[in-house]
Amino acid sequence: MNVLSKFHSMEYGPAPESDRPATEWLDAHGRSFGHFIDGRFTGTAGGKTFVSRNPATGEVLASIAQATERDVDDAVAAARRALPDWQQRGPGFRSRCLYALSRSIQKHSRLIAVLESLDNGKPIRESRDIDIPLASRHFHYHAGSAQLMASEMADRIPVGVCGQIIPWNFPLLMASWKIAPAIAVGNTAVLKPAEYTPLTAILLAELSAQAGIPPGVINIINGDGCAGELIVGHPGIDKIAFTGSTEVGRQIRRNTAGSEISLTLELGGKSPFIVFDDADLDSAVEGLVDAIWFNQGEVCCAGSRLLVGEGIAGEFHTRIRERMTKLRVGDPLDKCIDIGAIADQSQLARISEMVRECAGQDCHVHTAPVALPETGCFYPPTLITGLTTSSRLMQEEIFGPVLVSATFRTPAEAIELANNTRYGLAASVWTENINLGLDIAPKLDCGVVWINSTNLFDAAAGFGGRRESGFGREGGWEGLREYTKPAGRPSEVPPRRVRRRKEVTARVDSTGIDRTPKQYVGGKQVRPDSGLSYPVQSPEGEILGHVPLGNRKDVRNAVEAARGATNWPAMSGHQRAQIMHFIAENLAARKDEFVGRIVQQSGISGKDAKVEVEASLDRLFTYAAWADKFDGNVHSVPVRGVVLAMREPIGAVGVLCPEDFPLLGLVSLMAPLISMGNTCVLVPSERQPLSATDLCQVLDTSDLPAGVVNVIAGRRSDLAATLAGHDGINAVWHFGGAGLSKTIEMESAGNLKRTWVDNDRTRNWLNRDEGEGREFLHHATDVKNIWIPYGE
Amino acid sequence: MKHLANLAVVDEHSGPNPGRFRNPGTGLDFDWIRSVQVNRSALERRTSSLAGRRSIKREWQVAWLLKAVTLIDLTTLAGDDTEERVRRLAAKARNPLRADLLEAVGMQQNEVITAAVCVYHEFVQCCADALAGTGIRTAAVSTGFPAGQSPYGLRLAEIGESVRAGADEIDIVISRRHALAGNWKALYTELCEFREAAEGKCMKAILATGELGTLRNVSRAALVCMMAGADFVKTSTGKEKVNATLPVSLAMMRTIRDYHCRTGFRVGFKPAGGISTAKDALAWLTLVKEELGKEWMSPDLFRFGASSLLGDIERQIEHFVTGRYSVHHNHPLG
Repeated sequence: MNVLSKFHSMEYGPAPESDRPATEWLDAHGRSFGHFIDGRFTGTAGGKTFVSRNPATGEVLASIAQATERDVDDAVAAARRALPDWQQRGPGFRSRCLYALSRSIQKHSRLIAVLESLDNGKPIRESRDIDIPLASRHFHYHAGSAQLMASEMADRIPVGVCGQIIPWNFPLLMASWKIAPAIAVGNTAVLKPAEYTPLTAILLAELSAQAGIPPGVINIINGDGCAGELIVGHPGIDKIAFTGSTEVGRQIRRNTAGSEISLTLELGGKSPFIVFDDADLDSAVEGLVDAIWFNQGEVCCAGSRLLVGEGIAGEFHTRIRERMTKLRVGDPLDKCIDIGAIADQSQLARISEMVRECAGQDCHVHTAPVALPETGCFYPPTLITGLTTSSRLMQEEIFGPVLVSATFRTPAEAIELANNTRYGLAASVWTENINLGLDIAPKLDCGVVWINSTNLFDAAAGFGGRRESGFGREGGWEGLREYTKPAGRPSEVPPRRVRRRKEVTARVDSTGIDRTPKQYVGGKQVRPDSGLSYPVQSPEGEILGHVPLGNRKDVRNAVEAARGATNWPAMSGHQRAQIMHFIAENLAARKDEFVGRIVQQSGISGKDAKVEVEASLDRLFTYAAWADKFDGNVHSVPVRGVVLAMREPIGAVGVLCPEDFPLLGLVSLMAPLISMGNTCVLVPSERQPLSATDLCQVLDTSDLPAGVVNVIAGRRSDLAATLAGHDGINAVWHFGGAGLSKTIEMESAGNLKRTWVDNDRTRNWLNRDEGEGREFLHHATDVKNIWIPYGE
Repeated sequence: MKHLANLAVVDEHSGPNPGRFRNPGTGLDFDWIRSVQVNRSALERRTSSLAGRRSIKREWQVAWLLKAVTLIDLTTLAGDDTEERVRRLAAKARNPLRADLLEAVGMQQNEVITAAVCVYHEFVQCCADALAGTGIRTAAVSTGFPAGQSPYGLRLAEIGESVRAGADEIDIVISRRHALAGNWKALYTELCEFREAAEGKCMKAILATGELGTLRNVSRAALVCMMAGADFVKTSTGKEKVNATLPVSLAMMRTIRDYHCRTGFRVGFKPAGGISTAKDALAWLTLVKEELGKEWMSPDLFRFGASSLLGDIERQIEHFVTGRYSVHHNHPLG
């Protein structure tokens, strides 16, 4: 025993966690695993298998069955069969099941943590202190959600069978994070873990059976991307929740287009880590350790893009380099290391290749002076300074322990640089100035902001992104919504009866002076780019006028205007409400004219048209009311601090209005959007566009800032794809039928914008339950969770 | 930068030599003081996760605990202290661990002695006599310890008395009211005068962090003490309601690091009060190694102000040697 040399060196020694609990568990299962379907494990005999390895050593841990179409069919069928009973046994029963599973994870925490680190390569410290407690927390939190669903979400019902596909970076945590909310509210799940890291999900399935969760409620399917595709393409799936790469997310968006499958995508990121000169710099450096060297940097929301004030950049980089000398890379089961193994050889190769490629550029690559194990998938902590915004490494996700850095001069420039990315997942802001921090947070285009902290997660707070980081939230009340749907389905009302057209070409105009309806773009009445117009006819075939035939350039101009109306989201809800009331006031003053227009275009009775105009006024009042009342939340998370769940407008929204209800349909969509601070490009009813073009004059006289509402009339089928494909549009709402839902969802994959489509179901817009309410507001907003730990 | 010229020449190979680093201090720099930022939540996250990030086991743990022993200012600061009591403590300081245990772990007896014995002024001479020739230092708490509210002249005089009585180190308490009022000039002046009164002896400045309100204030006060030439900054008297905590220690360590970065002067750190288990000792040493580096893991630059810590370390080392859990009465009382 040589204590003396250690007494002088004061080094750390090895502190290995025993792998025995995990190896015993693996051996007990013959190191061979099938799928978990209907409460039972299938065998692996005869079928195709793949192996799961320990990335730190390359050792094969187990052999796993690769799912076939039959397996996926069986799993989906089992999940479907389990649904009625799982729902009927009620919230109390579900709550007890989730509670039992939460406790079970705690009881077996050592086994799970060791197994996770063996399979994934993450340090045992992280699996033991972060992943596993958080997994348990998700089941515990959602045991509560189940209990409260009946009273707190009375108007919502479960979506059904949920297909869930998760990545390899947080295998058990992601499985829990997906399964817990889904089954809490009465859904059943078919989950596919990543092929590199299937083991803890399998263990979770085993524990779920022991916890008394009925067969079929949780099903685990193993395999690579092909198995994922089978789940995504399966007709028995009602919902897909995917966490993974943006590329695969895009593919899933396309594959599910027009299928009515509800979708949550949690994708890649290149999250900024912003450090102002008044920050606690040492704490910010420590924050970076947790931002980019947590989980080997294999974190979708990793603070991988350091933005630091120009005046302190040199000093800050020095402090980072100094801190890097203290990082320890090595055996994931060693309780004294910071960074474990990269999950797979292919990922290691990708990281190395990306860094090597930038080496020739005018930048400085600093590698931590740390010893790496001689074998296994390890990559040293790396800091790259001197890159410009145009460098590939500043733009693309590396998904490894590599930090890139740039500088800014002013808060405004920090925001601009932070938002200069296709992604929008998370951001970290470091300043001791609360005014600055709280001013910056809402201006960052992302779903999560951590002030003076980073990578904080909890089941009570929503998590999810914007832009190409996906859509939907997981966690908190906002996450639960994604696993439910409105209890009342839109009624299947037949289109309004329209009287048979006669072939008449005579023009009807009572005033005798020609009226030329135009496009409405940026607060101006403008002529269409095409120079073409199309006739609007009464049901009798009389020509009521000619409206411009919008084309893609008109859409382009309108989107430009909508994006330019930045003063609108900055206004207070009170100001927006006043303007919306003013719109109603001016519309009311011209009520008879609008009634007449509806009668002309649709041939319905004056009485019915009057009802529509009255309803439109009422709708404007409703959303003027909501403008300052759709409050966010303060989530209760286990840190000293607050998490503000702020509702933010989505941005510029493209809207295809219903064919019927030429005024009410449009107002029912425009009003919630602008009430929440969005701007919009509206495509009015194709057959009855004159109510919209008339309305533009009302908007013009109501103090509505230019560009907030833009109207492009034309052929929906032409305009839909342009709008849905436009990268400057943040969401598309489609209630115009005509079989366009699929096209829109397909085209939306480009920038992964949110979509809300009618799937050719019509709504009765006069019915308040269908035509207005919170559902519209939720679709008109994103929730941003801002974490603000405090304490002096 | 008024004391810059006094920077002592340092011999890196002289072994434990408390006082080998003297901090000459600098001028009072208000911009620097104002720029100090401390985010409490972030510091708490750092300290609460550190134990999970660094695990020290087996012979490494023994080595670290032995090191901890050499960093102890073995302390008695009670109203019922007597000369006999102090002599007994001094004897324990010379032989902190049982000879059989030291032999079992392959260490020489003279390699493992505590850094100092810390007493009230009345026992300085007795303590110094008892420690003569051992290399163990006599530290005196001073300046109206613990509250520091006695007349200023008496406080200054007390330092001189202790120095003349044979104290090697003077642990002064700062006037908390200066720090609480942000009267940094007054604190700086007071410390400069204390330092002068200490006549070149190692001066430790006790901040009484439990009474300073905020971590930011702790860091600023520590910085002012260093600017005034304190050789150590020390958390507590042990008499406040809250004594040494890891977040407070981290804030002070980072201030020391910053001061070293900017001036090149090394200032020591002494957490005191409430550190009573071997596990605590490992937690503090880990923080020192991570935040200040190995160089600070020596009696020149780090001390534990503790009375009962040694007892727990003795038991842990016996457990390591015998494989059986130990009990206090197996180890000679200090």
